[in-house]
Amino acid sequence: MTPLLEALDWVLTADSWTGPGGLGVRAGEHLLYSLLAVGLSALVALPAGLLIGHTGRGRGIAVVSTGVTRALPTLGVITLVALAAGIGLTAPMVAFIVLAVPSILAGAYSGVEAVDPQIVDAARAQGMSPVQVLLGVEVPLGMRLILGGVRLATLQVVATATLAAYVGAGGLGRPLFLGLRNYDYAMMLGASIVVILLAVVLDALFALGQRLLARRPGTA
Amino acid sequence: MEWILENLPHILELTLDHLLLSAPAVLAAFLLSLPLGRLAVRLPRLREPLVGGIGLLYAIPSLPLFIVLPLILGTSIREPLNAVVALTLFGLALMVRSAADAFGSVEEDVRLAAVAVGHSAGGRFLTVELPLAGPALLAGLRVVSVSTISLVSVSAVLGVTSLGSLFTDGFERGIVAAIVAGIVTTAALALVLDLLLVALGRVLMPWRRPVPRRSASRSAEKGAA
Repeated sequence: MTPLLEALDWVLTADSWTGPGGLGVRAGEHLLYSLLAVGLSALVALPAGLLIGHTGRGRGIAVVSTGVTRALPTLGVITLVALAAGIGLTAPMVAFIVLAVPSILAGAYSGVEAVDPQIVDAARAQGMSPVQVLLGVEVPLGMRLILGGVRLATLQVVATATLAAYVGAGGLGRPLFLGLRNYDYAMMLGASIVVILLAVVLDALFALGQRLLARRPGTA
Repeated sequence: MEWILENLPHILELTLDHLLLSAPAVLAAFLLSLPLGRLAVRLPRLREPLVGGIGLLYAIPSLPLFIVLPLILGTSIREPLNAVVALTLFGLALMVRSAADAFGSVEEDVRLAAVAVGHSAGGRFLTVELPLAGPALLAGLRVVSVSTISLVSVSAVLGVTSLGSLFTDGFERGIVAAIVAGIVTTAALALVLDLLLVALGRVLMPWRRPVPRRSASRSAEKGAA
């Protein structure tokens, strides 16, 4: 159990968190990468997914592309793009987006599809325009699944952001790989524990958000 | 292309390593999920803590788990056993929910009928519930198999040999062909295993004719209504 104590000791030392390469900066980078990747992906995938769910067109392509990207090894995508684009943030960012888009897309179209068709018909019969039906009826009612997709994408990206350091970018992978190269198990373990905590806390926040949303009338 | 042809034996060897890491993990996750999923149906109160709790494992990033597990297992980070246990946990996180849903979809009347005709608890599980839950179990197993095979490669950055080693070697030595070969082989392996699982499902569940699924489920719904 000494490695664990050493790791905790390292994590709980103020010196490990401060400075340009400290855990504080690394955790900030980690979060920034993740938010940027999920944000960019959502910008594309949310409208596309909602449109697919609303019109029912392009569903086949969406399903197949989701399945294919699930089988893609992320490390392969990162290293491949890194050889083409050089070391830095470009390669991991491309890989994160490849990873996040299918989850968000799938959540968005399945959320819209899961809305009871009778409710959609009723909205249409009231004279709502297609845009009103989508934004006023389908999105609020499908919100749980739509958010579920974003939650899954965020989790996947936060987990994978550790690999950014492998191709020269920052994030919490930095101390992890530094520890790996220097046979410093305490540092590796400490960095791992911080990544795990970050992921679990983010997931809990999403769960809380979904629960609060479910209480609001008009959403499901 | 030349690189790939020259290194074909090496790629095949890595494919075997990859399979030896992923197949035991998928199998273990499947076998462990059966009693856990059945238990979740039997005791509805335990369902959320059990399914949700194990599902939480999926929120744990894979690379850090590979590093933390040796503390519990007493293995070294590079040992294949460490990777297999980590992959089993991830598989279990997905599979327990599928198993609970699968066993939950077996109708109570059918279960009671099986008791009434004199099945023992074990016999009922093996000859009535398992076959009826089979198709849903298979669907879950296919997801676990694909995601496990793509997850294995991450362990290569720690020095565990698999198809992921093609990514680390290819990146460090600047060989694009190695990385492409790794991605293609990983995807092909996932596809082959998936097809094998589908074929296995056809053999074990011959009553599941490949009828057009959509029309079949729709007419079933109408029948119920």
